[in-house]
Amino acid sequence: MNDTNKSETNTFHFLRELKISLIATVALLLLLCGVYPLVIWGLGNVAFHHQAEGSLVRNAQGTVIGSELLGQGFTSDKYFHSRPSAAGNGYDATSSGGSNLGQTSQKLIDSLKARIAVYRKENSLDSTAQIPGDAVTASASGLDPEISLDNALIQASRVVKARGIERGHVEALIHGNLRGRGLGFLGEPGVNVLQLNLALDTLK
Amino acid sequence: MNLLGWLQLILFLGVLFLITKPLGIHLYKVLTPGEKPFLGAVFGPIERLFYRLLGIEAKSEQGWLAYTGSMLVFSLVTCLFTYAVLRLQYYLPLNPQKFAGLAPHLAFNTAMSFTTNTNWQSYAGESTCSYFSQMVGLASHNFWSAAVGIAMAAALVRGIARATSKTLGNFWVDLTRVTLYVLLPICVVYALFLVFQGIPQNFQGYTAVTGPDGFAQTIAQGPIASQIAIKMLGTNGGGFLNANAAHPFENPTPLANFIQMISIFSIGSALTYYLGKMVKNQKHGWSVWSAMVILFVAGALVCWWAESHPSHLFGEMGIRAADGNMEGKEVRFGVFNSALFATITTDASCGAVNSMHDSFTPLGGLVPLFNIELGEMIFGGVGAGLYAILIFVVISVFIAGLMVGRTPEYLGKKIEAYDVKMAVLYTLVGAFTILGFTAWGAVSQTAQAGLNNGGPHGLTEILYAFSSGTGNNGSAFAGLTANAPWWDVALGIAMFLGRFWMIIPMMALAGNLVGKKIAPTSVGSFPVSGATFTLLLVGTIVIVGGLTFLPALALGPIVEHFIMTGSAKLY
Repeated sequence: MNDTNKSETNTFHFLRELKISLIATVALLLLLCGVYPLVIWGLGNVAFHHQAEGSLVRNAQGTVIGSELLGQGFTSDKYFHSRPSAAGNGYDATSSGGSNLGQTSQKLIDSLKARIAVYRKENSLDSTAQIPGDAVTASASGLDPEISLDNALIQASRVVKARGIERGHVEALIHGNLRGRGLGFLGEPGVNVLQLNLALDTLK
Repeated sequence: MNLLGWLQLILFLGVLFLITKPLGIHLYKVLTPGEKPFLGAVFGPIERLFYRLLGIEAKSEQGWLAYTGSMLVFSLVTCLFTYAVLRLQYYLPLNPQKFAGLAPHLAFNTAMSFTTNTNWQSYAGESTCSYFSQMVGLASHNFWSAAVGIAMAAALVRGIARATSKTLGNFWVDLTRVTLYVLLPICVVYALFLVFQGIPQNFQGYTAVTGPDGFAQTIAQGPIASQIAIKMLGTNGGGFLNANAAHPFENPTPLANFIQMISIFSIGSALTYYLGKMVKNQKHGWSVWSAMVILFVAGALVCWWAESHPSHLFGEMGIRAADGNMEGKEVRFGVFNSALFATITTDASCGAVNSMHDSFTPLGGLVPLFNIELGEMIFGGVGAGLYAILIFVVISVFIAGLMVGRTPEYLGKKIEAYDVKMAVLYTLVGAFTILGFTAWGAVSQTAQAGLNNGGPHGLTEILYAFSSGTGNNGSAFAGLTANAPWWDVALGIAMFLGRFWMIIPMMALAGNLVGKKIAPTSVGSFPVSGATFTLLLVGTIVIVGGLTFLPALALGPIVEHFIMTGSAKLY
């Protein structure tokens, strides 16, 4: 509409464009892949050091024992168990991922059946008890740090028996480690398994 | 399908609506040379420094051939750069895990994937790529391919808005301004928010730990937050980690998830406002926006419903029906936010995933697949979504013109044979690439060696891979083992065709439109706003997409759905 007086470069010189491309690549790399991530690194570490370092959890001796954001394997009866994991050989944080099995996969149905049988046995459930979906399905990342509230409440009986403590204490811990919905209504609530188990260990 | 889900969907649409105008005005100022955008005082000196370094005049403009040529040379240079970085990563810094260089086929696939804004992950980030490869080799393209997409869309819009002109703007100016005024400033704020939510940003080696119950784990680390911000905003979608946005380190909370979903659509939505402002017909911009919303909501509802209703075998085994299909989903997102994210990421050409699409129910998986095959114009990839839907606007007004027996026109410009040929060529390149490669994959033993599921679901894995590659989406039915020479090379070619061979006819159309006169509006003009236009546009998109891909979809997800609900035969 108003471009009559603009200079016009409708001619195309490959070598000139190549030179501009090379300079643009270097200049933008410095800005976007040097300055930008380093600024986030600097500011992030000052303002949110814990998160920037991977939300690591330490024991009383100061040794890192996991990340509060990453699920890990628990097999003892006295601990709450994470969701099934298809990451590597289970909860492998260098090989995240799901089973990627579809609804008509024999392998999926077989593994669901096997997990349901184990879950019923571990938690002394009869064959008619309904199983929470998250308890027997593999998560997307294989590192889901959380389980549903119902899953935690079912497992509580086993933990109570193994530890010989009052159920009321365990239920209080479950509710204490329940992350609510974002802003009260975003996403789904969940119980952080690692933090719940650590809280159990401090209960004497 | 519960009340909280509906509430979140309404909130999502509300926030999207509210950011469209302000961000659209900002984009207008950035993409209109001479206008001084927000933050001009901060980035203005850097902008001028860039022009001096590049040796270009900020006021000079290019015709469609020169504009496209600059983009192609820049893409070639940056693609080769990333290929070199990936091959040589062992010798480059910031490689605490001492990862070896990538094999040639994988480096080709990955370099092509990031250059084309696809970000298909044949590699597994945390076990393959050094921090340098991620931060420099890959994240650079997250910015560049996004800026290129927006620049191309701006060129087409200028082609529509300008009368009897020859030029479409200057590629280098658009690239610089979009990067400096849009992508970078938003990413700085966004990345810090993501660190706050729990995404790591460090350069340490991986952390080896032993948990309370004696479980040994190696925790992957890295400069993740800075990369995730641009991965979402630029609709790139390539994760730092293999599980992508399902990984708690990439998407730690429901709030982070909500913001990530908004950011995927933000620029695509704002560009419709930019369109309206450029053609001085804001109603047209909102009509295009409405068409996108209709298609988005329809997809989201179908996907949500399907994921709430898994195979009847689930219930028969004793899994609680109310929980839906939780295989391949995270507790913090649940069924609704997984279905919504899957719809959004494929409406746009993002391709990030917060759940595993391969484990979706047949119809739940059909939605993302069909979204990609429609051409990712429901908000779409940044820039790519707008030019894709404008191609369909041209086809729609052409069809409308045929129906009433008039010469078709769009905003006062006559749509002639050449324009329609270019628009149809654009759609044919996509369809030919997707269906051609899928047919090859379906009969190739080499290709089938990569499949994770049998039966119709296996065919869907192949169809999804080539739809995603050609559509420059990058999400996957991830059970497919794509890191093998045949897959890497075939998908690399599909991505190349799907990006550049579709841009060229689009730019040819822009170059032809820009030279046309604008006839004044009369009673005989076809209105390009209002319900009639919006529904015509939606109809055209669905019918073209449906007719092209329905036969293939019938053999994959649709037949699988009937097997699942009927005999429940397993493969």
